Amino acid sequence: MSEDVLKAIIDKESEASEAVRYRIGVCTAAGCLSSGAAAVKESFHKAIKEAGLSDSVRVFGTGCLGLCDAGPLVQVETREDGHVCTCLYNKLTAESASGVVSQHLLKGEPVESLLCSEENPFFQQQQKVVLENSGKIDPERIEDYIAVGGYGALQKVVTEMTPQGVIREINISGLRGRGGGGYPTGLKWSTVAKSKGSRKYIICNADEGDPGAFMDRSVLEGDPHRVLEGMAIAAFAVGAEFGYIYVRGEYPLAISRLKTAIRQAERQQLLGNRIFDSEFNFRIDLRIGAGAFVCGEETALIASIEGKRGSPRPRPPYPAVKGLWGYPTLLNNVETYASVPPVILKGGNWYASIGTQKSKGTKVFALAGKIKNTGLIEVPMGLPLRRIIFEIGGGIPEGKKFKAAQTGGPSGGCIPAEHLDLPVDYESLAKVGSIMGSGGLIIMDETSCMVDVARFFMEFCMDESCGKCIPCRAGTVQMHGLLKKITEGVATTNDLAQLEQLCELLKYTSLCGLGQTAPNPVISTLKYFRDEYLAHIVEKRCPANVCRIRPTPAASSEEVRA
Amino acid sequence: MTVKTLSINGQMVTASEDQTILDIALENNIVIPTLCHLEGLSQVGACRLCLVEITGSPKLQPACVTLADEGMEVRTDTERLKEYRRMIIELLFAERNHVCSICVVNGHCDLQDLAYSVGMDHVRFAYQNPLEEIDASHARFVLDNNRCVLCTRCVRVCDEIEGAHTWDVMGRGANARVITDLNRPWGESDTCTGCGKCIHVCPTGALSEKGKSTAEMVKKRDFLTYIKMGREKKLWFK
Repeated sequence: MSEDVLKAIIDKESEASEAVRYRIGVCTAAGCLSSGAAAVKESFHKAIKEAGLSDSVRVFGTGCLGLCDAGPLVQVETREDGHVCTCLYNKLTAESASGVVSQHLLKGEPVESLLCSEENPFFQQQQKVVLENSGKIDPERIEDYIAVGGYGALQKVVTEMTPQGVIREINISGLRGRGGGGYPTGLKWSTVAKSKGSRKYIICNADEGDPGAFMDRSVLEGDPHRVLEGMAIAAFAVGAEFGYIYVRGEYPLAISRLKTAIRQAERQQLLGNRIFDSEFNFRIDLRIGAGAFVCGEETALIASIEGKRGSPRPRPPYPAVKGLWGYPTLLNNVETYASVPPVILKGGNWYASIGTQKSKGTKVFALAGKIKNTGLIEVPMGLPLRRIIFEIGGGIPEGKKFKAAQTGGPSGGCIPAEHLDLPVDYESLAKVGSIMGSGGLIIMDETSCMVDVARFFMEFCMDESCGKCIPCRAGTVQMHGLLKKITEGVATTNDLAQLEQLCELLKYTSLCGLGQTAPNPVISTLKYFRDEYLAHIVEKRCPANVCRIRPTPAASSEEVRA
Repeated sequence: MTVKTLSINGQMVTASEDQTILDIALENNIVIPTLCHLEGLSQVGACRLCLVEITGSPKLQPACVTLADEGMEVRTDTERLKEYRRMIIELLFAERNHVCSICVVNGHCDLQDLAYSVGMDHVRFAYQNPLEEIDASHARFVLDNNRCVLCTRCVRVCDEIEGAHTWDVMGRGANARVITDLNRPWGESDTCTGCGKCIHVCPTGALSEKGKSTAEMVKKRDFLTYIKMGREKKLWFK
């Protein structure tokens, strides 16, 4: 592909969009699909055909629009005298969709009762970088992506920059790994670039497994080409010619969209040999995970791609030096790769201007739990937790009281109300005993029992432990047993002491990140909600009325003796 | 090849580039407890018993896979490490049914020796008492999952030394099991050569020979040294 072809596509697309008066984007991400978006889209097609508007209206599926709670969401763009105005409809059904066609498209009057207010802080306070195209383009058409400037960054990199120049730009941006660890991306890239090997590999970790997290899925479903472009830029920077996307098998939609995207990019020669008529070759293949959480750990993921049992190995050597099949391998998360194209196009300094001193740019969070606006949001780093929960998230439903926010999934911790004004960045979260993680944010209100929450996450880790190292394999079983005893009201203070001992053991002796961080939910709930643990143990009651305390035997041992 | 100088428990020792902390400790008669490690097999770093403290490193490092480095200050016997080791051994005893008095390797068992060496007098954790299966379908050998500690020595010796790869691991977490072929009974295995190497590398009574009394079921591991040295000297290559 040459520069002219890219430009020709952009021109053709803008001509086509000017000919269309209305663009109707129906959210076809997994959230809206499950609430009936496919039927809504079908109904739009039918109603428009019946109304004879087929030439002036374009109906297409888009990526996640964010407010999953109010799905199916539909965005209607009206082009009039050169400027565009948009309306967002929520909670549409097949019936109300035809109403939108007859009233909005034919009479030009939006259906007020179905409109979702754009003034909602949910939309106002976000800053979209990774998700900027999600909801605007059809993820199954490469032309849509190119029309909004897609593959422009790859073109700039391949035709104008050196690999060192790319890494320098990433270094300036201050981008850090979005998978959870927050390792500086530029540093990782330059390590792989400097490692010696006859070949190198790029891997995209799309094995998102934290309960309640769906950031990577939304990016892959809404803007798959963005990830491919980021990977190609990384490949150019480190000198790799082959890449893998390791995506979990539970994401069939993301897999099918990635397959489509790879095929389209290959057809346009944006992947393959001699990209942009240069010496640079790069191909991408998919690997489907078989449902093991531990395969999100980099060495286990690499073993899984090699066709082996997905269990981690001790590091060093790090994958950057000795990774896939023994060759230097660059492994980053979906969101990290998706952050790369704008860094290249707008410059590292622009990206570094967003966020805090040490955490730059924006972060995508999946809001879940006891919160009004559940869904997907993207905010600049360092935004206080209070604003995320009470302004963007709309607060706690039914007037209940906020109790804690859980970040980082089973590796993270709970943040209590006293830390609500905490700026959300890597350092601040670590300071209060949690982690950024991949971006799952679960909100809990006064009806949640923190011991039960800890037990839930421990059960998850116990089920997902690979079984290779003893502390994680046997320790999680013991910890889960102790937590279960506490929630049943049959534990003693000795059990609590043993639980704390095990927390320490797992943290310091486990082989991989799964075991080392498995005690985090217990440690953080013990730190902030110790009184709840003690209520279960000493008073034999659950303050939130969640746990089913086993009735105490009618006659206690002392009574028997008497 | 450069020689490195470092200290283990305050004692100055030397190491060549490719030596691990465990290699040097053995050379200098410093005892570091190990379970998954066996001289002659590859290292997996799974049992976490050989973890040591290295000054300046916030994390504990497994001695079996950590290469010695210039100026390293290694501690192998701090109170903290001793406590962790004892807890790990206790976790193993609580995990499956390790009843020494009725075990065929009583007295020749690596796990039993480790329990003595870490000073385990009782197990503080809740016994899981799982219902485990015994595979006695093989003509000469028995697999008793009750005694298995999942060290994967059998898997490695079968793959790396015998070259049969009959053994592997299935399931995950507490449900992980060693299996023959694709979870077929051992006696029906097409790949097993019946060499018995797995029996002798097994640290516990999980793998034993049929019909042997406790006094007879001694693990013989000389073959590993022989094969390792033979391969190093290229005895069997032209």
